[in-house]
Amino acid sequence: MSLTRQDVEKIAQLARLSITEQEMPVYVTSLSSIVDFVDELSRVQTGHVEPMAHPLDGQHQRLRADAVTESDNHEKYQANAPAVQAALYVVPRVID
Amino acid sequence: MLHTLSIGELCRKLDSRQISSVELTRHFLARIERLNPALNALITLTAAEALAAAAAADGRRAAGEQGPLLGIPLIHKDIFCTDGVRTSCGSRMLDNFIAPYDATIVTRLKDAGAVMLGKANMDEFAMGSSNETSYYGPVKNPWDVTKVPGGSSGGSAAATAAGLAPFTTGTDTGGSIRQPAALTGVTGIKPTYGRVSRYGMIAFASSLDQAGVLARSAADAAIVLQAMAGFDPRDSTSVDVPVPDYSAALNAPLTGLKIGLLREFFDGLEARNSALIHDALKIYSSLGAETVEVSLPHLPLSVPTYYVVAPAECSSNLSRFDGVRFGYRCDSPKDLLDLYTRSRGEGFGAEVKRRIMTGTYVLSAGYFDAYYLKAQKVRRLITDEFRAAFAQVDLLIGPTTPTPAFAIGAKMDDPITMYLNDIYTIGANLAGLPGLSLPCGFVDDLPMGLQLIGPHFSEAKLLTAAHQFQQATDWHRQSPRGYD
Repeated sequence: MSLTRQDVEKIAQLARLSITEQEMPVYVTSLSSIVDFVDELSRVQTGHVEPMAHPLDGQHQRLRADAVTESDNHEKYQANAPAVQAALYVVPRVID
Repeated sequence: MLHTLSIGELCRKLDSRQISSVELTRHFLARIERLNPALNALITLTAAEALAAAAAADGRRAAGEQGPLLGIPLIHKDIFCTDGVRTSCGSRMLDNFIAPYDATIVTRLKDAGAVMLGKANMDEFAMGSSNETSYYGPVKNPWDVTKVPGGSSGGSAAATAAGLAPFTTGTDTGGSIRQPAALTGVTGIKPTYGRVSRYGMIAFASSLDQAGVLARSAADAAIVLQAMAGFDPRDSTSVDVPVPDYSAALNAPLTGLKIGLLREFFDGLEARNSALIHDALKIYSSLGAETVEVSLPHLPLSVPTYYVVAPAECSSNLSRFDGVRFGYRCDSPKDLLDLYTRSRGEGFGAEVKRRIMTGTYVLSAGYFDAYYLKAQKVRRLITDEFRAAFAQVDLLIGPTTPTPAFAIGAKMDDPITMYLNDIYTIGANLAGLPGLSLPCGFVDDLPMGLQLIGPHFSEAKLLTAAHQFQQATDWHRQSPRGYD
């Protein structure tokens, strides 16, 4: 196994995912096999190759005029929220 | 049989008032009611909205308006936001999500008068190659209901093959239009990255995702892509390149077309499958095209490259699902961290969590250079090889998948075996190239797909080459038994 249970627990914590006891061994095995599989890339000579982040060359971030283009739809958007009060999203208390 | 007619033929019937859009819509709604329970191709049916949209389309025609999609029904993949209609992305996370706006392609097809019948089932967040990761259960292949339809646009593909709609929309991040199109015997096109707007399409891997069409023929796909393609200021990666007239180009002769046969796509391919591709080449040669063998030595590395890049982007994109603003929230969270981790842990399915964790790992401190940066470099090597190939040939050709549809459940325990299903399709996503799959024959009574890949913005060429093949063959006219 290229990843230990502790590794997977750390990854899950970074990813903000709760993983159950039953799921954990499955992820240790399958994530290890994925890491082994993608490790094939380490054998490729890439020297000074420029990393590719965008599939099309010559594209750049477009700018637009700093003008309001969206109308206020907060009621419609917040209709999907689990908990809303006074147009604010409600979460468990963070500061006592 | 209305469901076996082309979009062009349906349009002529609507034009000549032989049928109305309401009648056409009722025909497909009745087929969905009768045939979908065995297929599970739809997550949400919008019958009342469809009949209202059809009546509106009939009104537009009566007022003298014309248009190739005016009054033609369709099914959208449930990854596209549809204003006022549940948009689940195949996930428990969004089971209760009513999209508050339309995706750009939804708006464009609405404006063209197309009538949405419902939302198609799909792998959860488009992560899968068999449509088995859906929260709403697997989709069955209409050619054999014990087999998968492919994925992630499996519901779209099965619905198109079964004649539940004249066409469907899909998305393709690593093969999610082409692979299910191949496995269900329909025609599917993934356009060039940036050709079709991604606005309102729920993101999986933003440097790879692209929307496209699944249809009964290349001619039908040309009509639909025409309505979908084009610049959208709301998508920052949308490219402002004019959209050619795809339908007008379909009959351009193929004389002198140079087709590159991708050598790497035949390594280990079963003889019966490779024979179908060679049969297709004979047809192309009779149409005046010329074939040369082409090699892309780094192409076999596209799967490991993809399984670094795509999960990395997915782990970033899916961080928006936090149980706060929309989507699933766990019961009685004890604090904010508990709310995040349990909402995500319970709301996402197994494969989505696996990919988020893979992505988190390859982006984490100490591993970023070894995995993510390395994969981005190999991605460039693969892209450069495609570019060099297109200096010699007009199109590349090969199989879409290594095998026909496999049994439901056969590959669910081993992610790597499942990932290798996309070995022939992923390259086009990494390089941002357009790819098309069209039916080219049968193996064990299951359809197989021929894949065409072209240079950036060569959709017209792909559609023309596919259309000419379909003028010379009738593989695309075959319907699964019980659905004809």
